[in-house]
Amino acid sequence: MPTFLSHQEAERRIEKIIAEVWKRNIKIMDNHTLTYLVWRRLRRNRLAMAGGVVVVLLFLIALLAPLISPYNPNDIDRKHILEPPGLKHPLGTDDLGRDVLSRMIWGGRISLAVGFMAVGISSVIGMFLGSISGYYGGWLDRVIMRFIDIMLSIPTFFLILAVIAFIGPGIWNIMAVIGLTSWMGVSRLVRAEFLSLKEREFVLAAKAVGAGDRRIIFNHIMINSMAPVIVSAVLGVAGAVILESALSFLGIGILPPTASWGNILTLGKDNIEIAWWLSVFPGLAILVTVMGYNLLGEGLRDALDPRLWDVEI
Amino acid sequence: MELLNVNALKKYFPVKKGFSGEQLWLKAVDGIDFSIEEDKVFALVGESGCGKSTVARLVLKLTTPTSGKIVFAGKDISELKGDSLKTFRRSVQIVFQDPFASLNPRKTVFDTLSEPLKIHRLIKKKNIKEACIGLLKKVGLDPDVIRRYPHEFSGGQRQRICIARALAVNPKLIVADEPLSALDVSIQAQILNLLQDLRKETKITFLFISHDLKVVHYFSDTVGVMYLGKIVECAKTDDLFHKPLHPYTTILLAAAPKIKIRGSELEVKSGDVKLKTQNSKLKTVSGDVPSPIHVPPGCPFHPRCPKRFEPCDKIVPLLKQTLDPEAKGRLVSCHLWNPY
Repeated sequence: MPTFLSHQEAERRIEKIIAEVWKRNIKIMDNHTLTYLVWRRLRRNRLAMAGGVVVVLLFLIALLAPLISPYNPNDIDRKHILEPPGLKHPLGTDDLGRDVLSRMIWGGRISLAVGFMAVGISSVIGMFLGSISGYYGGWLDRVIMRFIDIMLSIPTFFLILAVIAFIGPGIWNIMAVIGLTSWMGVSRLVRAEFLSLKEREFVLAAKAVGAGDRRIIFNHIMINSMAPVIVSAVLGVAGAVILESALSFLGIGILPPTASWGNILTLGKDNIEIAWWLSVFPGLAILVTVMGYNLLGEGLRDALDPRLWDVEI
Repeated sequence: MELLNVNALKKYFPVKKGFSGEQLWLKAVDGIDFSIEEDKVFALVGESGCGKSTVARLVLKLTTPTSGKIVFAGKDISELKGDSLKTFRRSVQIVFQDPFASLNPRKTVFDTLSEPLKIHRLIKKKNIKEACIGLLKKVGLDPDVIRRYPHEFSGGQRQRICIARALAVNPKLIVADEPLSALDVSIQAQILNLLQDLRKETKITFLFISHDLKVVHYFSDTVGVMYLGKIVECAKTDDLFHKPLHPYTTILLAAAPKIKIRGSELEVKSGDVKLKTQNSKLKTVSGDVPSPIHVPPGCPFHPRCPKRFEPCDKIVPLLKQTLDPEAKGRLVSCHLWNPY
């Protein structure tokens, strides 16, 4: 049986609710920046949050590598070669008796460094070329777009192989080469954003106020076209990690003795019948990293899409 | 004194080629002339798509005209460069129609208002915040909103911010491109009053673009009626509303809901409205605006004109002073008033 509230009680409750709503309203209004809206949407997406946790964990591991790795990754121990995972070596040892866990931790550091540097390079190039191409248009646009078409028509992996064959392997070369061959997507995204944003009234208003081209490009349009850049950068890290692993696996990326997931896998391939742990763990690490970045990237794509925002207060 | 003079202004946009391969042009603005006296309000009215907004952008030097001349304060604006362009930017400002698109969504009110002050180095750095607060007060906004982002405001508030931005540089001319049409009616009145107050206080000249005749009647001194990229009639506001000459103007006035204005108060006569709306049902313009790509030959209005006669589809009428004794000296482009 429903209980009926007395008149006064009902009024009191309503007042309380109104007060609560008022309080929250003000709180939400204060935090109502776009970053906050994006964060709120991202938090609701469980897969993206899982990806985010993976990314943060990998970051911490990479940062704290010297503290948390149980052995020096390059210490050779001839008495304990190819030992299966056990108490002393949680992920076993390789054919020179080096601790696989330590090598993986340091290898993760390398992978992330390569991923971030490569994405940094490609984002900067992509944003620069995309923005001037979209903003100025005309022949400049045509030249840049045709150049992008040319770059895209060359299979990236073989291009990288060829370039590395010339300049030689090494971490800096890998970063530069991956970065210089993966900026085309960003560039097209930024160009598209610029094309639509440069006709918007707030840009015209800035022009009418006397703002110069540089101010309009960087201060007005660029900050409004960051969403696709962020998404493609996060997804790009995953791509760069895979590329780096593949190159190292082929022996032309990060060269031993420097540890990298790719060159641990190479050892695993050579010893696959007797030492499964050398293939499984670096493989899993690559899988988890790439999945983490992809999930976070996809989640960010949804969270940053203004069409999906619910700006309820 | 004359502040702005527009002479034979044309703006054609290239569009896709026709079947036969020849280049087609969208004639957004097709040879218009007008001038604005200092401290006066010139209104451009017309249906949507007749080229009003293009005129606004041309006057602000945001696009370059196909041909024609715009002279602002004695200088041809197509020749402005460097410092003289900067001075021009400081003297002419714009308020756009859509207050949701005309503020940068990633900038706070402070960023938006301080930008013109910083670009033109109008005041010392430490005084910028004060100046912004002063601007907000001028347009009737609370100084506390200075740290807020555009999406936290309503349409009317945003339009106030846009007006404040325009005022930041102390302009001589403000081009208001349908500043009210995206707003609720009650808010429209507030913004209109704000503009009216500014006009009284600051002696700013306005180029007021609108399709709302009652607003134009209330706010402007001179009116130009645009149709398909041309000005078909240009007159003092009272003359135009009292005795429209061009058939298009007549129909435009009859089609608008009637609200009579006495003094500065808006006063609706209920009996009148009924009568007039009944009338206007008979008088609305038949048909749609023809495409500005294929402008009809002769007078562009002739396919829809109830009073068309023999020369209308052959000879293009020019905007000139009529010799007709009933309306001597008024500018109209119609064969009825100007013998061809």
